[in-house]
Amino acid sequence: MNDTQTVIKVGIADLKIVTAPDTIRTSGLGSCVGTVIYDLPKKIAGLAHVMLPDSSLAKQPTINNYKYADTAIDSLVELLLKNGARTHALQAKLAGGAQMFQLSSLDTMRIGPRNVEAVQQKLEDHQISIVSLDVGGNCGRTIEFDPNTGKLKIRTVNKGEAII
Amino acid sequence: MEINTGFSIVQLEVLREIGNIGAGNAATSMSQLINKKVDMQVPSVHVVLFDEVMEMLGGPEKLIVALYIRIQGEAPGSVYFILTKEEAEFLVRHLTDETEFKLLDNKPPSELAISALHEIGNILAGSYLSALSDFTGIKMQPSVPSLSVDMAGAIITVGLLELSHVTDYAIVIDTKINEQTGSSGIHGHFLLLPDPESVPKIFSSLGINDHE
Repeated sequence: MNDTQTVIKVGIADLKIVTAPDTIRTSGLGSCVGTVIYDLPKKIAGLAHVMLPDSSLAKQPTINNYKYADTAIDSLVELLLKNGARTHALQAKLAGGAQMFQLSSLDTMRIGPRNVEAVQQKLEDHQISIVSLDVGGNCGRTIEFDPNTGKLKIRTVNKGEAII
Repeated sequence: MEINTGFSIVQLEVLREIGNIGAGNAATSMSQLINKKVDMQVPSVHVVLFDEVMEMLGGPEKLIVALYIRIQGEAPGSVYFILTKEEAEFLVRHLTDETEFKLLDNKPPSELAISALHEIGNILAGSYLSALSDFTGIKMQPSVPSLSVDMAGAIITVGLLELSHVTDYAIVIDTKINEQTGSSGIHGHFLLLPDPESVPKIFSSLGINDHE
Protein backbone atom coordinates (compact mmCIF):
# COMPACT_ATOMS: atom_id res chain seq x y z
CA MET A 1 0.00 0.00 0.00
CA ASN A 2 1.38 3.40 -0.84
CA ASP A 3 -0.05 6.88 -0.76
CA THR A 4 -0.52 7.29 -4.46
CA GLN A 5 -2.68 4.20 -4.84
CA THR A 6 -6.17 4.91 -6.09
CA VAL A 7 -9.22 2.76 -6.61
CA ILE A 8 -10.75 2.99 -10.07
CA LYS A 9 -14.52 2.66 -9.82
CA VAL A 10 -16.58 0.98 -12.51
CA GLY A 11 -20.33 1.68 -12.70
CA ILE A 12 -23.10 -0.55 -14.00
CA ALA A 13 -22.85 -1.40 -17.72
CA ASP A 14 -19.40 0.15 -17.81
CA LEU A 15 -15.79 -1.00 -18.14
CA LYS A 16 -12.37 0.43 -17.30
CA ILE A 17 -8.77 -0.68 -17.11
CA VAL A 18 -6.14 -0.27 -14.40
CA THR A 19 -2.40 -0.71 -13.90
CA ALA A 20 -0.56 -1.37 -10.63
CA PRO A 21 -0.34 0.04 -8.01
CA ASP A 22 -3.96 1.16 -8.51
CA THR A 23 -6.83 -1.24 -8.00
CA ILE A 24 -10.21 -1.49 -9.70
CA ARG A 25 -13.59 -1.95 -8.05
CA THR A 26 -17.27 -2.33 -8.84
CA SER A 27 -19.99 -2.27 -6.18
CA GLY A 28 -23.35 -3.93 -5.67
CA LEU A 29 -23.23 -6.67 -8.29
CA GLY A 30 -26.47 -8.66 -8.27
CA SER A 31 -27.41 -10.48 -11.44
CA CYS A 32 -24.66 -8.55 -13.21
CA VAL A 33 -21.30 -10.22 -13.71
CA GLY A 34 -18.07 -8.50 -12.80
CA THR A 35 -15.53 -9.79 -15.32
CA VAL A 36 -11.84 -9.16 -14.68
CA ILE A 37 -9.37 -9.85 -17.48
CA TYR A 38 -5.69 -9.36 -16.68
CA ASP A 39 -2.09 -9.84 -17.75
CA LEU A 40 -0.36 -10.51 -14.43
CA PRO A 41 3.31 -10.05 -15.46
CA LYS A 42 2.42 -6.73 -17.11
CA LYS A 43 0.34 -5.76 -14.03
CA ILE A 44 -2.56 -4.55 -16.13
CA ALA A 45 -6.21 -5.49 -15.69
CA GLY A 46 -9.66 -4.51 -16.91
CA LEU A 47 -13.05 -4.86 -15.29
CA ALA A 48 -16.42 -5.01 -17.07
CA HIS A 49 -19.71 -4.75 -15.13
CA VAL A 50 -21.87 -6.79 -17.51
CA MET A 51 -25.63 -6.33 -17.18
CA LEU A 52 -27.19 -8.41 -19.96
CA PRO A 53 -26.08 -11.52 -21.87
CA ASP A 54 -26.62 -10.75 -25.51
CA SER A 55 -26.48 -7.56 -27.58
CA SER A 56 -28.65 -9.09 -30.30
CA LEU A 57 -31.61 -8.79 -27.90
CA ALA A 58 -31.19 -5.03 -27.70
CA LYS A 59 -34.13 -2.92 -28.78
CA GLN A 60 -32.13 0.28 -29.13
CA PRO A 61 -30.87 1.92 -32.32
CA THR A 62 -27.46 2.62 -30.78
CA ILE A 63 -26.33 0.32 -28.03
CA ASN A 64 -23.96 0.72 -25.14
CA ASN A 65 -21.36 -1.96 -25.91
CA TYR A 66 -20.37 -2.18 -22.26
CA LYS A 67 -23.84 -3.37 -21.20
CA TYR A 68 -23.78 -6.78 -22.91
CA ALA A 69 -21.52 -9.77 -22.27
CA ASP A 70 -20.60 -10.33 -25.93
CA THR A 71 -19.75 -6.75 -26.84
CA ALA A 72 -18.25 -5.80 -23.46
CA ILE A 73 -15.72 -8.66 -23.47
CA ASP A 74 -14.68 -7.82 -27.04
CA SER A 75 -14.21 -4.17 -26.07
CA LEU A 76 -12.34 -5.04 -22.89
CA VAL A 77 -9.89 -7.40 -24.65
CA GLU A 78 -9.28 -4.81 -27.37
CA LEU A 79 -8.66 -2.06 -24.82
CA LEU A 80 -6.24 -4.23 -22.83
CA LEU A 81 -4.25 -5.21 -25.91
CA LYS A 82 -4.07 -1.59 -27.01
CA ASN A 83 -2.56 -0.76 -23.61
CA GLY A 84 0.21 -3.31 -23.58
CA ALA A 85 -1.40 -6.55 -22.44
CA ARG A 86 -0.49 -9.68 -24.43
CA THR A 87 -3.09 -12.04 -25.90
CA HIS A 88 -1.40 -15.23 -24.71
CA ALA A 89 -1.04 -13.94 -21.13
CA LEU A 90 -4.67 -12.97 -20.58
CA GLN A 91 -6.54 -14.67 -17.75
CA ALA A 92 -9.92 -14.00 -16.18
CA LYS A 93 -11.76 -14.03 -12.86
CA LEU A 94 -15.49 -13.52 -12.44
CA ALA A 95 -18.03 -12.82 -9.73
CA GLY A 96 -21.74 -12.07 -9.64
CA GLY A 97 -24.62 -13.59 -11.57
CA ALA A 98 -26.83 -13.92 -8.52
CA GLN A 99 -30.57 -14.29 -8.44
CA MET A 100 -31.72 -11.64 -5.99
CA PHE A 101 -35.39 -12.56 -5.81
CA GLN A 102 -37.05 -15.93 -6.11
CA LEU A 103 -39.81 -15.14 -8.57
CA SER A 104 -39.97 -18.10 -10.88
CA SER A 105 -42.75 -16.65 -13.00
CA LEU A 106 -40.50 -13.98 -14.37
CA ASP A 107 -38.18 -14.66 -17.24
CA THR A 108 -35.85 -11.83 -16.30
CA MET A 109 -35.13 -13.59 -13.02
CA ARG A 110 -32.82 -16.09 -14.69
CA ILE A 111 -30.66 -13.30 -16.04
CA GLY A 112 -27.83 -13.97 -13.55
CA PRO A 113 -27.01 -17.51 -14.73
CA ARG A 114 -27.49 -16.42 -18.36
CA ASN A 115 -25.00 -13.59 -17.87
CA VAL A 116 -22.48 -16.03 -16.40
CA GLU A 117 -22.91 -18.48 -19.28
CA ALA A 118 -22.56 -15.71 -21.85
CA VAL A 119 -19.38 -14.38 -20.25
CA GLN A 120 -17.88 -17.87 -20.04
CA GLN A 121 -18.69 -18.56 -23.69
CA LYS A 122 -17.18 -15.28 -24.82
CA LEU A 123 -13.99 -15.86 -22.80
CA GLU A 124 -13.70 -19.28 -24.37
CA ASP A 125 -14.02 -17.69 -27.82
CA HIS A 126 -11.07 -15.49 -26.95
CA GLN A 127 -9.23 -18.50 -25.46
CA ILE A 128 -8.93 -16.78 -22.11
CA SER A 129 -8.92 -19.21 -19.20
CA ILE A 130 -10.94 -18.55 -16.06
CA VAL A 131 -8.65 -18.84 -13.04
CA SER A 132 -11.38 -18.58 -10.41
CA LEU A 133 -14.97 -17.54 -10.04
CA ASP A 134 -17.63 -16.87 -7.43
CA VAL A 135 -21.02 -16.82 -9.13
CA GLY A 136 -24.68 -17.59 -8.49
CA GLY A 137 -26.40 -17.62 -5.12
CA ASN A 138 -28.71 -14.84 -4.03
CA CYS A 139 -26.46 -12.18 -2.59
CA GLY A 140 -25.01 -8.89 -3.77
CA ARG A 141 -21.25 -8.61 -4.19
CA THR A 142 -18.70 -5.82 -4.25
CA ILE A 143 -15.44 -6.80 -5.90
CA GLU A 144 -11.99 -5.27 -6.07
CA PHE A 145 -9.08 -6.50 -8.16
CA ASP A 146 -5.41 -5.82 -7.56
CA PRO A 147 -3.39 -6.11 -10.82
CA ASN A 148 -0.20 -6.35 -8.77
CA THR A 149 -1.14 -9.59 -7.01
CA GLY A 150 -3.90 -10.92 -9.27
CA LYS A 151 -6.17 -11.24 -6.26
CA LEU A 152 -9.88 -10.54 -6.44
CA LYS A 153 -11.47 -9.45 -3.16
CA ILE A 154 -15.19 -10.14 -2.81
CA ARG A 155 -17.38 -8.59 -0.15
CA THR A 156 -20.92 -9.71 0.64
CA VAL A 157 -23.37 -8.51 3.27
CA ASN A 158 -23.72 -11.84 5.05
CA LYS A 159 -20.42 -13.60 4.60
CA GLY A 160 -17.89 -10.79 4.92
CA GLU A 161 -14.84 -10.84 2.68
CA ALA A 162 -13.25 -13.57 0.61
CA ILE A 163 -10.34 -13.57 -1.82
CA ILE A 164 -10.29 -15.66 -4.97
CA MET B 1 -26.52 14.73 -13.81
CA GLU B 2 -30.16 15.15 -14.68
CA ILE B 3 -30.83 14.83 -18.38
CA ASN B 4 -33.53 16.59 -20.29
CA THR B 5 -36.54 14.47 -19.44
CA GLY B 6 -38.33 14.94 -22.73
CA PHE B 7 -41.51 15.36 -20.72
CA SER B 8 -43.69 18.43 -20.79
CA ILE B 9 -44.55 20.22 -17.57
CA VAL B 10 -48.02 18.70 -17.67
CA GLN B 11 -46.62 15.21 -18.10
CA LEU B 12 -44.20 15.66 -15.20
CA GLU B 13 -47.10 16.87 -13.08
CA VAL B 14 -49.01 13.72 -13.96
CA LEU B 15 -46.10 11.44 -13.01
CA ARG B 16 -45.71 13.32 -9.75
CA GLU B 17 -49.42 12.99 -9.10
CA ILE B 18 -49.15 9.24 -9.61
CA GLY B 19 -46.49 9.08 -6.92
CA ASN B 20 -48.65 11.30 -4.74
CA ILE B 21 -51.77 9.22 -5.00
CA GLY B 22 -50.00 5.90 -4.56
CA ALA B 23 -47.91 6.92 -1.60
CA GLY B 24 -50.77 8.86 -0.02
CA ASN B 25 -52.83 5.71 0.09
CA ALA B 26 -49.86 3.71 1.37
CA ALA B 27 -49.19 6.29 4.10
CA THR B 28 -52.77 5.84 5.30
CA SER B 29 -52.26 2.06 5.47
CA MET B 30 -48.98 2.50 7.31
CA SER B 31 -50.62 4.86 9.77
CA GLN B 32 -53.30 2.27 10.57
CA LEU B 33 -50.66 -0.43 10.90
CA ILE B 34 -48.46 1.33 13.44
CA ASN B 35 -51.20 3.47 14.90
CA LYS B 36 -49.29 6.68 14.43
CA LYS B 37 -49.61 9.63 12.16
CA VAL B 38 -47.69 9.15 8.90
CA ASP B 39 -47.24 11.84 6.30
CA MET B 40 -45.53 12.04 2.97
CA GLN B 41 -43.28 14.34 1.03
CA VAL B 42 -43.97 15.75 -2.39
CA PRO B 43 -42.88 13.10 -4.89
CA SER B 44 -39.97 13.74 -7.18
CA VAL B 45 -39.67 12.51 -10.74
CA HIS B 46 -36.20 11.87 -12.13
CA VAL B 47 -34.95 10.63 -15.46
CA VAL B 48 -31.47 9.38 -14.61
CA LEU B 49 -28.69 6.99 -15.60
CA PHE B 50 -28.72 3.57 -13.91
CA ASP B 51 -25.77 4.47 -11.67
CA GLU B 52 -27.67 7.52 -10.49
CA VAL B 53 -30.63 5.44 -9.38
CA MET B 54 -28.28 3.66 -6.96
CA GLU B 55 -26.83 7.00 -5.83
CA MET B 56 -30.35 8.18 -4.93
CA LEU B 57 -30.41 5.38 -2.35
CA GLY B 58 -26.96 6.03 -0.91
CA GLY B 59 -24.76 4.23 -3.45
CA PRO B 60 -24.67 0.71 -4.92
CA GLU B 61 -23.10 -0.85 -1.83
CA LYS B 62 -25.50 0.64 0.71
CA LEU B 63 -27.39 -1.96 2.72
CA ILE B 64 -31.13 -1.65 2.22
CA VAL B 65 -34.22 -3.64 3.10
CA ALA B 66 -36.37 -3.80 0.00
CA LEU B 67 -39.66 -5.27 -0.97
CA TYR B 68 -39.92 -5.73 -4.69
CA ILE B 69 -43.06 -6.10 -6.74
CA ARG B 70 -43.16 -6.55 -10.47
CA ILE B 71 -46.26 -5.09 -12.14
CA GLN B 72 -47.55 -7.06 -15.06
CA GLY B 73 -50.40 -6.29 -17.42
CA GLU B 74 -51.05 -3.26 -19.59
CA ALA B 75 -48.51 -0.96 -17.98
CA PRO B 76 -45.63 -3.09 -16.69
CA GLY B 77 -43.03 -1.77 -14.31
CA SER B 78 -41.39 -2.28 -10.94
CA VAL B 79 -42.25 -1.00 -7.50
CA TYR B 80 -39.94 -1.00 -4.49
CA PHE B 81 -40.67 -0.19 -0.89
CA ILE B 82 -37.30 0.59 0.67
CA LEU B 83 -36.23 0.97 4.29
CA THR B 84 -32.88 1.24 6.00
CA LYS B 85 -31.86 -1.67 8.23
CA GLU B 86 -32.64 0.36 11.35
CA GLU B 87 -36.07 1.34 10.09
CA ALA B 88 -36.95 -2.25 9.28
CA GLU B 89 -35.80 -3.33 12.75
CA PHE B 90 -37.88 -0.56 14.31
CA LEU B 91 -40.96 -1.70 12.40
CA VAL B 92 -40.54 -5.34 13.36
CA ARG B 93 -40.02 -4.43 17.03
CA HIS B 94 -43.10 -2.29 16.90
CA LEU B 95 -45.33 -4.91 15.31
CA THR B 96 -44.13 -8.09 17.00
CA ASP B 97 -43.09 -8.90 20.55
CA GLU B 98 -39.45 -9.25 19.49
CA THR B 99 -38.24 -6.11 21.23
CA GLU B 100 -34.57 -6.89 20.60
CA PHE B 101 -34.96 -7.74 16.93
CA LYS B 102 -31.91 -7.20 14.74
CA LEU B 103 -31.37 -8.03 11.09
CA LEU B 104 -28.12 -9.78 10.07
CA ASP B 105 -27.16 -10.44 13.67
CA ASN B 106 -25.08 -13.48 12.74
CA LYS B 107 -28.12 -15.67 12.88
CA PRO B 108 -31.06 -15.87 10.53
CA PRO B 109 -33.95 -13.64 11.63
CA SER B 110 -36.98 -15.41 13.03
CA GLU B 111 -39.73 -16.41 10.67
CA LEU B 112 -42.12 -14.19 12.53
CA ALA B 113 -39.95 -11.13 11.92
CA ILE B 114 -39.53 -11.90 8.26
CA SER B 115 -43.19 -12.55 7.76
CA ALA B 116 -43.99 -9.30 9.58
CA LEU B 117 -41.75 -7.39 7.15
CA HIS B 118 -43.26 -9.22 4.24
CA GLU B 119 -46.74 -8.40 5.38
CA ILE B 120 -45.96 -4.72 5.88
CA GLY B 121 -44.53 -4.52 2.39
CA ASN B 122 -47.47 -6.39 1.04
CA ILE B 123 -50.00 -4.03 2.57
CA LEU B 124 -48.13 -0.86 1.65
CA ALA B 125 -47.28 -1.84 -1.90
CA GLY B 126 -50.79 -3.20 -2.39
CA SER B 127 -52.34 0.09 -1.36
CA TYR B 128 -49.84 2.01 -3.50
CA LEU B 129 -50.72 -0.03 -6.55
CA SER B 130 -54.46 -0.10 -6.07
CA ALA B 131 -54.50 3.70 -5.84
CA LEU B 132 -52.46 3.84 -9.02
CA SER B 133 -54.75 1.46 -10.77
CA ASP B 134 -57.90 3.36 -9.70
CA PHE B 135 -56.42 6.67 -10.78
CA THR B 136 -55.30 5.58 -14.22
CA GLY B 137 -58.01 3.03 -14.93
CA ILE B 138 -55.23 0.65 -15.96
CA LYS B 139 -55.31 -2.85 -14.58
CA MET B 140 -52.09 -3.65 -12.75
CA GLN B 141 -51.35 -7.19 -11.73
CA PRO B 142 -48.76 -7.27 -9.00
CA SER B 143 -46.43 -10.25 -8.60
CA VAL B 144 -46.02 -11.88 -5.21
CA PRO B 145 -43.76 -9.48 -3.29
CA SER B 146 -40.22 -10.57 -2.48
CA LEU B 147 -38.02 -9.33 0.30
CA SER B 148 -34.29 -8.80 0.19
CA VAL B 149 -31.78 -7.37 2.65
CA ASP B 150 -28.72 -6.60 0.59
CA MET B 151 -26.76 -4.03 -1.40
CA ALA B 152 -28.83 -1.38 -3.19
CA GLY B 153 -27.06 -1.97 -6.52
CA ALA B 154 -27.85 -5.67 -6.54
CA ILE B 155 -31.48 -5.11 -5.59
CA ILE B 156 -32.29 -2.18 -7.87
CA THR B 157 -30.74 -3.82 -10.94
CA VAL B 158 -33.61 -6.32 -10.94
CA GLY B 159 -36.05 -3.49 -11.61
CA LEU B 160 -33.84 -2.03 -14.34
CA LEU B 161 -33.41 -5.21 -16.38
CA GLU B 162 -36.55 -4.94 -18.42
CA LEU B 163 -35.96 -1.36 -19.43
CA SER B 164 -32.25 -1.88 -19.98
CA HIS B 165 -33.05 -3.67 -23.24
CA VAL B 166 -34.50 -0.42 -24.54
CA THR B 167 -32.70 2.45 -22.83
CA ASP B 168 -29.87 3.51 -20.52
CA TYR B 169 -32.07 5.80 -18.46
CA ALA B 170 -34.71 5.06 -15.86
CA ILE B 171 -37.77 7.10 -14.96
CA VAL B 172 -37.89 7.11 -11.18
CA ILE B 173 -40.93 8.33 -9.28
CA ASP B 174 -39.69 8.64 -5.72
CA THR B 175 -41.95 9.33 -2.73
CA LYS B 176 -40.91 9.30 0.90
CA ILE B 177 -43.30 8.66 3.74
CA ASN B 178 -42.43 9.72 7.26
CA GLU B 179 -43.75 8.86 10.64
CA GLN B 180 -43.92 12.25 12.28
CA THR B 181 -42.50 11.68 15.73
CA GLY B 182 -38.88 12.11 14.92
CA SER B 183 -35.58 10.36 15.02
CA SER B 184 -36.39 6.71 15.56
CA GLY B 185 -39.23 6.91 13.07
CA ILE B 186 -39.68 5.46 9.65
CA HIS B 187 -38.86 7.14 6.39
CA GLY B 188 -39.81 4.63 3.74
CA HIS B 189 -39.12 5.18 0.07
CA PHE B 190 -41.46 4.15 -2.67
CA LEU B 191 -39.78 3.82 -6.02
CA LEU B 192 -41.86 3.31 -9.12
CA LEU B 193 -39.92 2.39 -12.25
CA PRO B 194 -42.32 2.16 -15.17
CA ASP B 195 -41.16 0.24 -18.21
CA PRO B 196 -40.65 2.64 -21.13
CA GLU B 197 -43.72 1.46 -23.04
CA SER B 198 -45.95 2.04 -20.01
CA VAL B 199 -45.48 5.77 -19.82
CA PRO B 200 -47.43 6.69 -22.98
CA LYS B 201 -50.20 4.32 -21.86
CA ILE B 202 -50.45 6.03 -18.50
CA PHE B 203 -50.59 9.43 -20.18
CA SER B 204 -53.24 8.45 -22.67
CA SER B 205 -55.38 6.78 -20.01
CA LEU B 206 -55.48 10.16 -18.30
CA GLY B 207 -56.30 11.98 -21.50
CA ILE B 208 -52.90 13.55 -22.00
CA ASN B 209 -51.37 13.05 -25.39
CA ASP B 210 -47.69 12.66 -26.01
CA HIS B 211 -47.03 16.04 -27.53
CA GLU B 212 -48.99 18.26 -25.25
